[in-house]
Amino acid sequence: MKYIDYVQLNPFQKIWYNLKTFFIALPGNIVKICKAIGRFFKKLGLGIGKGVAGYFSRFVKGDWATKLSYIIMGFGNMMKGQIVKGLIFLATEVAFIAFMIFFGANKIYNLGFFSGGTIGFNGEDYWVDKDGVSIAISHGRPVAHVRADDSMQLLLYGVMTLIIIAVFLVIYFASVKSAYKVEQQVAAGEKPATFGQEMKAFADEKFHITLLSFPCLTISLFTIMPLIFMILIAFTNYTKSTPFFGWVGLQTFSEVFQTTGGANKGETFIELTKWTLLWAVCATVLNYILGMIVALLINKKGIKLKALWRTMFVITVAVPQFVSLLLMQQMLEGNEFGAINQLLKGLGWLASDGGTVQYIDFLGNANKWIPRLTVIVVNIWVGIPYTILITSGILMNIPADLYESATIDGAGPTRTFFSITLPYMLFVTTPYLITTFIGNINNFNVIYLLVGEQSSVDLHNAGYTDLLVTWLFRMSTSTGEYNTAAAVGILVFIVCATVSLLTFNLTKSAKNEEEFS
Amino acid sequence: MIKSYKARRTVVNALIYVLLGGLGLIWVSPLVYLVMHSFRGGKAELATTIIPKEWTLDNYAKVFSPPDPNVVNFPQWFMNTFIIAIFSCIISTLAVLMVSYAFSRLRFKARKPLINVGMILGMFPGFMTMIAIYYLMKAMGLLAMPKVALIICYSAGAGLGYQISKGFFDTIPRALDEAATIDGATRNQIFWKIILPMSKPILVYTVLTSFIGPWTDFILAKIIVGAQGPEHYTVAIGLQKLVGLEYKSQHYREFLAGSVIVAVPITALFLFMQRYYVEGVTAGGVKG
Repeated sequence: MKYIDYVQLNPFQKIWYNLKTFFIALPGNIVKICKAIGRFFKKLGLGIGKGVAGYFSRFVKGDWATKLSYIIMGFGNMMKGQIVKGLIFLATEVAFIAFMIFFGANKIYNLGFFSGGTIGFNGEDYWVDKDGVSIAISHGRPVAHVRADDSMQLLLYGVMTLIIIAVFLVIYFASVKSAYKVEQQVAAGEKPATFGQEMKAFADEKFHITLLSFPCLTISLFTIMPLIFMILIAFTNYTKSTPFFGWVGLQTFSEVFQTTGGANKGETFIELTKWTLLWAVCATVLNYILGMIVALLINKKGIKLKALWRTMFVITVAVPQFVSLLLMQQMLEGNEFGAINQLLKGLGWLASDGGTVQYIDFLGNANKWIPRLTVIVVNIWVGIPYTILITSGILMNIPADLYESATIDGAGPTRTFFSITLPYMLFVTTPYLITTFIGNINNFNVIYLLVGEQSSVDLHNAGYTDLLVTWLFRMSTSTGEYNTAAAVGILVFIVCATVSLLTFNLTKSAKNEEEFS
Repeated sequence: MIKSYKARRTVVNALIYVLLGGLGLIWVSPLVYLVMHSFRGGKAELATTIIPKEWTLDNYAKVFSPPDPNVVNFPQWFMNTFIIAIFSCIISTLAVLMVSYAFSRLRFKARKPLINVGMILGMFPGFMTMIAIYYLMKAMGLLAMPKVALIICYSAGAGLGYQISKGFFDTIPRALDEAATIDGATRNQIFWKIILPMSKPILVYTVLTSFIGPWTDFILAKIIVGAQGPEHYTVAIGLQKLVGLEYKSQHYREFLAGSVIVAVPITALFLFMQRYYVEGVTAGGVKG
């Protein structure tokens, strides 16, 4: 379809057309993304290959001091006069070897990759599976009482050790490279950089290392390591009732998709996925459109007291969510203490049954759709002020002549909204919309603070309003199904990643996809 | 013709006023309810009417000098949160500025891969790692020092929130850096003497958001201090406990008063930084 045909369509046809093209292009886009991921891995593999090749070629080309630095780190640097640098490398190596001997090797062994598929064998304290009964063994004798988090701690230490090994390898390769480089410099007749000079470089050419090393350290310790750890948990049988656990492969994932038996995980997963997506779409679209309409009303020419109106809405953003949402929860209570029910009673809108008033249970899980509708409405209350904040400035920037010519052509307010305002705003704020959508999939506060932990009979430890993330939270805190929680987390990640990749592909930021190649 | 147009406009505007007034009322009514009932007196802890019948300052007095500090100790919770907020604010701000400056102004081999890693990390649901963080803190012996543990929790991953300030740094002309480099400035000096002084809006934004974070966070705090004694609580956890089943019938009005005390400074800070907030989000998240 040519652009000129497209412009003449009415808004609904346009939406239909866009949806159609989106789904027609979908297979192609998925292939594209897969190809990009493929390219990424190819590049990664090539990079690693190049690194390894360089590693060996430097060994062949280097002199004896450089060759020796492959075993004794920093030796080459010391021989060429970079004493401090060489000593630092050497100290790292000594510390690493000591760590591995006294601590690390054992921890890797405990990970159980080599010890028959169970985590927890460390020579002194372990357990054996005998006819399905776990017996803890200490120093060769069975003991009755064992600390419950043994396997957990061992897995944690194992992952920590793996990360320390990775960090050491990076330093090791850097040291080998540095030894070769200083040899080349000496051979070329240059004077190797002194320690002071190298330190100075960290404020200039190597400033990025100075800036990024601290954040990278904390992120790998407190974000990446726990993430690796939880991903590993998804492949174990770790729950509250099995504090000693081992590897079970993909069993946890197959449980998540299993749909036999009452209140099973499979149906719960499907039901909650459907609700999560519905929730994310409703929350994003309603907040966006309604918020924009309110912003337009506030900013309309001739409306006075703009600052007052704006503040009335925006002030709700400022109040901490745990205050406003916990308060909302109290106000929505389904008994005589809930303010909304008091109001409805006062207006005489509540049915009464033989003297007892029938209060509406807004948040209870007796009904499927009442709490769902309530959380969506409350979320509109939460979300509209954000949209007003973000869009007000952009709305003011829409060229006024667009509206003028539309009015002259006889367009009413509805028409101008759908034909001018909305397309313009969509064009400008697509990245914001995508982030909001992802944020809504992971919107924990609104659901959890409002509804709390309610369970429905036909769902596995979940209520009708639970999103995948709140389900995950409940499984990892209240009911202690850690492995299922981790598996669900991975699935949520896959959903989020797919959504953002596909939608980014749709927008003009499509070239961002190339970042993967 | 003109007259009828004018009349129509007046009617439309009047309708808009009514609509805005009604909506505005709905939006502020929970807050009005909160403030109103925090002054509610009388014997009953829970209200059965929308407008309180008796008014008192007792709830605030109880919050400031708790009669039973082993159960409800709001001043202590406030101090805890304040200390945590100050430290994590300093660390997070530094981390965010460092990362975003490096990604925005410096060019190095690992830049693109690191940005991609950051993007991928952002797509994992944050709660997934909570349990691991809990055990990590336990293994490090930090659960005995909940404040330190929480400061680490709030500031360790702060570097990942670099997008908004990177977007801001991207708008500062590169010619400035080049001129300074020609004059012999190192990148370190450029960062401190040129970029930072020009980044007041984003600096204010980062400082305020990372300061407000600990006051409003609920989940991490619950994991770390939820099982500990009330003397370690942050305001969010303490207040949530007060509306839990156990305490609600005794301390509901203290919850309301405490919420007002927390909400007022944060609201003031937010209204003050509103402009920076909008600038920040539109610079980082919206492409024109």
